[in-house]
Amino acid sequence: MTPDDRKIRLGHGSGGKLTRALVNEVFVDRLSNPMLAELDDSAKLESGGGRLAFTTDGFVVTPYIFPGGDIGKLSVCGTVNDLAVAGAEPKYLSYSLIIEEGFSLADLERIVDSTASACEEAGVKIVTGDTKVVARGNADGIFVTTAGVGVLPDNLSLGVRTIQPGDVVLINGGIGEHAVSVLLARNEFQVAAEVLSDCAPLNSLTCAVLKAGQQVRFMRDATRGGLATVLAEIAIGADVAIEIDEDSVPIRPEVRSVCDLLGFDPLYLANEGKLVVIVAQDGAEQVLSAMRATKYGAESAIIGRVIGKPQGKVLLRTEAGGTRVIDMLVADQLPRIC
Amino acid sequence: MCLAVPMKLIEVSGESGVAESGGVTVPVALQLLDNPKEGDYVIVHAGFAIQTIDTEEAQERLKLFAEMAEMAEDNDD
Amino acid sequence: MTTDACGLKTSEKVDLLSRKIREDCARLGPVTLMEVCGTHTMAIHRHGIHSLLPQNVRLISGPGCPVCVMPTQFMDEAIELARRPDVVVTTFGDMMRVPGSHSTLDAERASGANVRLVYSALDSLSVAEESPESQVVFLAVGFETTAPTVAATVLEAKRRGIDNFAILPGNRLVPPALRALLDDDDVRVDGFMLPGHVSVIIGSDVYGFVATEYHVPSAIAGFDPEDIMMAISSLVEMLAAGRAEVANCYRRVVRADGNIKARQAMDDVFETSDGGWRGLGDMPGSALVPREKYKDCDARARFDLSEVRAAPDPPGCLCGSVLRGIVTPPECPLFAKRCVPESPIGPCMVSSEGTCAAYYKYRQRDDA
Repeated sequence: MTPDDRKIRLGHGSGGKLTRALVNEVFVDRLSNPMLAELDDSAKLESGGGRLAFTTDGFVVTPYIFPGGDIGKLSVCGTVNDLAVAGAEPKYLSYSLIIEEGFSLADLERIVDSTASACEEAGVKIVTGDTKVVARGNADGIFVTTAGVGVLPDNLSLGVRTIQPGDVVLINGGIGEHAVSVLLARNEFQVAAEVLSDCAPLNSLTCAVLKAGQQVRFMRDATRGGLATVLAEIAIGADVAIEIDEDSVPIRPEVRSVCDLLGFDPLYLANEGKLVVIVAQDGAEQVLSAMRATKYGAESAIIGRVIGKPQGKVLLRTEAGGTRVIDMLVADQLPRIC
Repeated sequence: MCLAVPMKLIEVSGESGVAESGGVTVPVALQLLDNPKEGDYVIVHAGFAIQTIDTEEAQERLKLFAEMAEMAEDNDD
Repeated sequence: MTTDACGLKTSEKVDLLSRKIREDCARLGPVTLMEVCGTHTMAIHRHGIHSLLPQNVRLISGPGCPVCVMPTQFMDEAIELARRPDVVVTTFGDMMRVPGSHSTLDAERASGANVRLVYSALDSLSVAEESPESQVVFLAVGFETTAPTVAATVLEAKRRGIDNFAILPGNRLVPPALRALLDDDDVRVDGFMLPGHVSVIIGSDVYGFVATEYHVPSAIAGFDPEDIMMAISSLVEMLAAGRAEVANCYRRVVRADGNIKARQAMDDVFETSDGGWRGLGDMPGSALVPREKYKDCDARARFDLSEVRAAPDPPGCLCGSVLRGIVTPPECPLFAKRCVPESPIGPCMVSSEGTCAAYYKYRQRDDA
């Protein structure tokens, strides 16, 4: 079988026939929906009269294909999740690509296929897009920028300021999987393990959480900076303290071992499919059951609680039974031997 | 300067091998060990196995804890 | 959560030791214990060990962080090399953000210098083979845990005929530093927690002088919370009984004579030399440099680094006193004000395991 060496050329981004052919063959067919097919300069959307949630994000992951996903899936999930944790129903995405000259067309098709699958699972449509090609060396393969629009329900009561002492902290599964899968895919350290990115659209999970009918105070997805950073942000935003039990935080043995070997703290590693939920104490068990019944919540766990003091701080009850403070991430962790 | 991790040697070929822990494998250099064998437990620092783990001593340590736990129970009674 | 063959959880084992420590401490006044290993500093803070000890036990950090003790001169030499277009500098991640007089390797890399992170010193040889037109220089830092791996790498380079490889020698030795601390009248320490993995290499016998010459108890400790508490328990027990010995609390990997093969490799490649330690000044016989027959692997012989002159230590920085356990981080006027992890001044804050960084990250700021 001859290798697929079709490449993106500068001409593909020039706006002329090559661009049109690329857009039709690669994008429109795969992302098929009537709004996109019109290829208008702007998509015209129905808002239903309600309040809207709006978000934007840029994606620059290297490598752009990794175990468990690729930049296409990542960009859809990241955008959907930002809307979902705000309590919105994600509806429409924009999709803008900046591609480096020489990029493999087969890889681009694969990425757009992933994008399409992710959209279908999340129930969203990409309704407008753009493609630019830059000269070799001027982009790291491919950069993706999205924006997303979702519809907010009328009676939403989520907010970081509703959090109070006594509330319970939950997470839907193991931490650090995305960061470790990407790190291993970069193959800089010859460490081998089967770890898949947890990249996933979480709107079905957030829906289940809200439908459980309990007093959900707040939700956030733990992405860059890891679980620790999200908790630190929440503690500061709500002016409370959060106490986490190290023993209760789910983590796969492979992730733990990679962290031990390279000297990383898993609490600070990036996730792309992890939801932190803060809920009033008497609703915690029901929310936990609701989460466990969903596709991405089977390993959900209660990991801690909100306490009064010391305000703005996150405390960890360690597996040794001691206590320490968890701070926000300062800069990306580097592997260490010390 | 001491980050080293207990792992199991799953492959040995001359002065290099593969070590495993929790489903994670790494290549390890073995030239600092005497006669390493597959199945040995070693500690790994910066890509080198620097010592084999004495499993008898490890067992002794566990026994010590078990004894301490018993004594503590007796004292509590 | 892990339980093992004795059926106890980590926190249960730690609790047993915590109780024993408390019992022994009831017979003691204030006690100051020093740990001499950056990895111990990290592990102690990570597991919240301080919160498990009775009030009269003070656990302080000594100069066991090889990143912390590298003089500015070393970083300046590394940066000078990194700036050369024909050189690729390979390094452990730990060194990337250590400040030189004017820059860091991280900043240099951002400006286009060829700096590559490696997990093992041996990875430098692959880099050398892939880039025959470049000179690869590995930053050889670390104590006796790491020095044998550097020695093995030099030997491997010779074996494979790799000529475009050299090391910038920066390895340091622990026993001379211990002796310097014991000789220093400003340093008042009742017992030492000794570095577990350095001890894997050098063995437990070499520490005999701490007991016989200075009558100070010491305990070789591993890095699990149980290992650390076991060592503290042993030290406190010795203090309560008035005994000064070297207790090996990490018997599963520390032998009396250590790892002979590793020491032979070190001995083959290196000889001892005087070396600068930030905060402790020059210590005779505390550094490792390549022997004459391996001099061609010494970056200082291969490249002219004579023009590199380090700037003096930043004003107000008390890293030297922090490293000797004389002051705690909050007592440094720059701590948490001008000197923070985002913009560190001295290595004690730069290194993620430096005393000040660990203190800043892990201790609740309202307890002293």
